[in-house]
Amino acid sequence: MSAKTDVKTYAGFRLITILCVVILYAPLVVVTVYSFNASESITNWGGVSLRWYVDIFTGPESAKFQQAAINSFSIAIIAATLATGIATAAATAIVRGGKYRLRTPSLGLISLPIMVPEIVLAVATLIFFNSIGFTRGYMTILVAHTAFCIPFAYLPIQARMQGIEDTYEHAAMDLYATKAQAFRRILLPLMMPGIISGFLLAFIVSLDDFIITNFVKGAGIETLPTAIFGSVKQGLKPNIMAISTMLLGLSVVMVTISYFVSKSDNTK
Amino acid sequence: MAGGAASGGSAASDTYAKARHWLLMPSWVVLGFFVFAPVCVMVIYSFLTKEFRGGVIWEPTLAAYDQFFFDRGLFGDSDPTLQWTYISIFWRSIWQAGLATILSLLIGFPTAYYIATRPAKTRALWVFLITIPYWVNLLIRTVSMKFLLRDEGPLNDFLLNIGLINDPLHIINTNLAVQLGLFYSYLPFMVLPIYASVERYNFTMSEAAADLYATKFTTLRRILLPAVKPGVIAGCILVFVPSLGAFLAPDLLGGAKNFMIGSLIEEQFKGNAGNWPFGAAASMILLSMVMIILLIFSSQQRRAGADQ
Repeated sequence: MSAKTDVKTYAGFRLITILCVVILYAPLVVVTVYSFNASESITNWGGVSLRWYVDIFTGPESAKFQQAAINSFSIAIIAATLATGIATAAATAIVRGGKYRLRTPSLGLISLPIMVPEIVLAVATLIFFNSIGFTRGYMTILVAHTAFCIPFAYLPIQARMQGIEDTYEHAAMDLYATKAQAFRRILLPLMMPGIISGFLLAFIVSLDDFIITNFVKGAGIETLPTAIFGSVKQGLKPNIMAISTMLLGLSVVMVTISYFVSKSDNTK
Repeated sequence: MAGGAASGGSAASDTYAKARHWLLMPSWVVLGFFVFAPVCVMVIYSFLTKEFRGGVIWEPTLAAYDQFFFDRGLFGDSDPTLQWTYISIFWRSIWQAGLATILSLLIGFPTAYYIATRPAKTRALWVFLITIPYWVNLLIRTVSMKFLLRDEGPLNDFLLNIGLINDPLHIINTNLAVQLGLFYSYLPFMVLPIYASVERYNFTMSEAAADLYATKFTTLRRILLPAVKPGVIAGCILVFVPSLGAFLAPDLLGGAKNFMIGSLIEEQFKGNAGNWPFGAAASMILLSMVMIILLIFSSQQRRAGADQ
């Protein structure tokens, strides 16, 4: 028995795995720890304090960061909602629409935003808005985010839908439910875990985006990533650590929710 | 990323076949209008004449591509010679992305293998642990890396304190910092596909090899590696492609000397000094490189699929 498990293990792989996890988390842990630093300097440790968290909300840069946060969150909520709706409809057509010629091109179009390098998409979007005379601002960010969030919302929804057999909606229709009723009352509730994790992923992707936002935002409007980037360009400051830690915590919470929601199986 | 959504599954259920075009309409409109059309417009822009205040004049020209590849002297009338400035920026990007990919493979493969050979319950937890950092804002991760690697940063503090080094290591603003940043940005992309293929691997093959007196290293190289090759290639592409066009890691960690494609493109659109057609042409060249890589990859995957 021991000889059998032995072919599977390689000396040192365990160590490298631990190293890998340490590398992945070390920078995040260090920034989190230093966000509670009481000292003015980012190098010396001056004891534990919440002063930089207070600084974000009341300090000289608080107005800028608050406006950026409002922009970021409102764009992320609207873009993720639109993208999730569009992706749910598209997934229904792809998974429950039979075989047809437009199916493969549609899938290609949906995956386009993740195949094209982000910087290229940013350039293309900027040029496009400019050529049709669209003034850059809140709306351009919102539209661009909605478009590139679609594949991220789509993937978990499609995966979920493929796992649901069509006998459920057929049973409903045998009992004289219309197709719309079968969709709303049967399919949609079953798809909910996929839809929720699609929404959360789209929300995080929108909230995190820097490159495309930086290109299409125009002057005078900031989201959290562009505000943080502008601030970091002038040097690392402790209040950036505090903002980063808060955003980091939010991402972790949302991915954790997404993970457990997608694991929950309500078809049984 | 590569062909992630392109499978769509084989289920041919047709409950909503009648409504399929209505259901697809919103995605076609939004993606067609705001992703596909912009890429087409960008192609056109790369063939237009530059305007000095950052826009374009609608006169077709190859000037942007010409400027990328050839040097025609200060007044544009000398015989064209190959222009190395931009080619070398692309070359450096390929080089940096390649090294970051190798680094990710060296760490990512053993990690993926180790995780895939854990019992089912702990496996899910390990995968989750590896995925979390990917969902943390890339900008924040890159800033964290900068904070950690600084000359007076915690890493140097730590190494100085344990006496491993006597003077702080200068990592920031070097090629190494960029490679580490890219590696850190995309490592989960390497681990996950390799993990998926090792998980499907039938370990009785390794046992058979061991029974025939193959050493563990031979078994790894001759039996396991060929079997999980598709996953390894997928991982390498998923790290290499985004690294190639990366902007944040070279910009924040590399400093001015370690310019990559992303920064070159970004500069053309900043303020009024830029050259939009040139930026569009550089984007086109980057996009073509990525598309060629993805095409080779997908044709290989199809061939591998046909073999089985």
